[in-house]
Amino acid sequence: MPKEISERDRAYWRANVRLIVFCLIVWATVSYGFGILLRPWLMGIQFGGADLGFWFAQQGAILTFLALVFFYSWRMNRLDKEFGLEE
Amino acid sequence: MSQFWINFIFVIGSFVIYTWIAIWARARTTREFYIAGGEVNPVVNGMATAADWLSAASFISVAGLISVGYVNSSFIMGWTGGYVLLATLLAPYLRRFGAYTVPDFVGKRYASKGARVVAVLCLVIISLTYVIGQMTGAGVAFARFLEVSSSTGLLISAFVVFVYAVLGGMKGVTYTQVAQYIVLILAFTIPAAYLSVMMTGHVLPQSGLFGQHLASGEPLLQKLNQVVRDLGFQDYTADVSNKWNMFLFTLTLMVGTAGLPHVIIRFFTVPNIQDARWSAAWALVFIALFYTTVPALAAMSRLNLLETFYPNGPRAAPLVYEERPEWVKNWETTGLLKFEDKNKDGHIQFYNGANKDFTEKAEWAKTWQGNELTVNNDILVLALPEVANMPAWLIGLMAAGGIAAALSTASGLLMAISSAVSHDLLKNTLMPHLTEKQELLNARIAMVGAIIIATWLGLNPPGFAAQTVALAFGMAAATIFPALVLGIFVDRINAKGAIAGMIAGGLFTVVYIFLYLGWFFIPGTNSFPNTPEHWVLGISPLSVGCIGAMINIITSLVVSNATERPSEEVRAMVRRVRYP
Repeated sequence: MPKEISERDRAYWRANVRLIVFCLIVWATVSYGFGILLRPWLMGIQFGGADLGFWFAQQGAILTFLALVFFYSWRMNRLDKEFGLEE
Repeated sequence: MSQFWINFIFVIGSFVIYTWIAIWARARTTREFYIAGGEVNPVVNGMATAADWLSAASFISVAGLISVGYVNSSFIMGWTGGYVLLATLLAPYLRRFGAYTVPDFVGKRYASKGARVVAVLCLVIISLTYVIGQMTGAGVAFARFLEVSSSTGLLISAFVVFVYAVLGGMKGVTYTQVAQYIVLILAFTIPAAYLSVMMTGHVLPQSGLFGQHLASGEPLLQKLNQVVRDLGFQDYTADVSNKWNMFLFTLTLMVGTAGLPHVIIRFFTVPNIQDARWSAAWALVFIALFYTTVPALAAMSRLNLLETFYPNGPRAAPLVYEERPEWVKNWETTGLLKFEDKNKDGHIQFYNGANKDFTEKAEWAKTWQGNELTVNNDILVLALPEVANMPAWLIGLMAAGGIAAALSTASGLLMAISSAVSHDLLKNTLMPHLTEKQELLNARIAMVGAIIIATWLGLNPPGFAAQTVALAFGMAAATIFPALVLGIFVDRINAKGAIAGMIAGGLFTVVYIFLYLGWFFIPGTNSFPNTPEHWVLGISPLSVGCIGAMINIITSLVVSNATERPSEEVRAMVRRVRYP
């Protein structure tokens, strides 16, 4: 028998989706935003012989991605524990 | 000891390690053959994923691509950013589901043999396109460092992959990939650090890129901008005008990365969902180590190369051809570097001869009659040890590193192909009565077959071999990625929707690519010239994969909503993927 979806399950999934949306907003902002589309606005901020937009495109975006995946793993694994879904 | 023997010892030494691992990690069951028993440590799997991911092209060609300037930052962001999608949208759920292959998930989730077969077809197109480049890449690395023909090099590499992939399956591939990662990352970062210290005094290339150029005391990037400007090139850090296409191209690379089957299957090998999450994070650590080094190496190598030809700056007389350094002579014999003295003055004028504005206005270029040096961009990495006068053992290490990068990716791809053939096409579609033992034998036979086909294609590369970026990433973005993400996040999607979506997205992408790059990539058969004026809405054929993904998603939603709801079992399966 397929199990019923409890309110608890729904809350768990909602928290996961919220977390994913947050991560993807940051993901898009640093790469497509700062690295590409918003670069003309960051041109004024000098950074080591180039501008901040250039730094994001070649270093900053990747470092942010790293922070994001670790944050997501840590947060979700803690959520699994709170909901008793650990494997 | 001569350079040849040093290279020989490094390469053979690495092969001995790989073979030893293969014998130690023999696969005894299909579970071991397909997913390494599902008990790989997440950090170890992260390292294996990085080796799987960093290909011959990443090792040899990406720095050259990036050295063109800011516009190619898409590659760096694209090939790392895809891991955020993998970590949040795919890897954990697919691991919880417990599939053996990518088509295995598609087949079970949509409860459809048709969907499974379409996924196998997409997987084979993607992975075969990709593997040819790895085979030829291994051949090139061999030819360069061990003085054998590239065909011989290719055959030797195929044999080594044969030993560990057929014996060990995913288990053998996993642990050799770990060794290959260590070899390739040392081989890439040590020369980069060496160059960085030489040019900027920074040990970390990542900070050297934004540091001071020691010789001039100016910031490195500012100096580079000035030198390339004085030679008629566009500023290194100049912004691009077609942001729309750069945006779509980066998106296609990211979505394509997350949809590549040989990367996805790596996450089936860890024990549980929590480890799958950590593993995706660790994979990105090891990949970021490489991709944050690349832009530094690209900028420093380019400046260093230009300084070699203009020892007193671009406005003074360039290098005299007869006084060229030894490494230039070495690379001239390979054809990757060509000199033609157009103005017969004996100097090497290396500049942007196509820039009319520059050739008319620049005082110091009055007597120049056109660019005299043709440089293949791969030189930036391949010639680096000689250009920077590095010790002989570092050159040997680079030889082993280039080959490791090619072999690790090739074996991951071959694994994806052979498991899809034996598990999805044979066991789950054509011959459901196969026993565990017979399936394992068939998996090994499929691996042998895949290696033979890849070797043959590597020796006789077809036209599409050079189109990895367009075809493999475009297809992965337009077919596999949406089918997987929708399968997890939208329980209303049924088999009809998924099949229609994959076909619509895949066909659209392939046809758009063929229209500009030639039908089946046969030169001259393209329907439109591949120039920005002819692109629909300014979208280049390389960037079209993300549009294909949209078409896939919309088609899947529309068709699914117009047809029956998925069965109760399927909906239960989706629930199990979300919360067990």
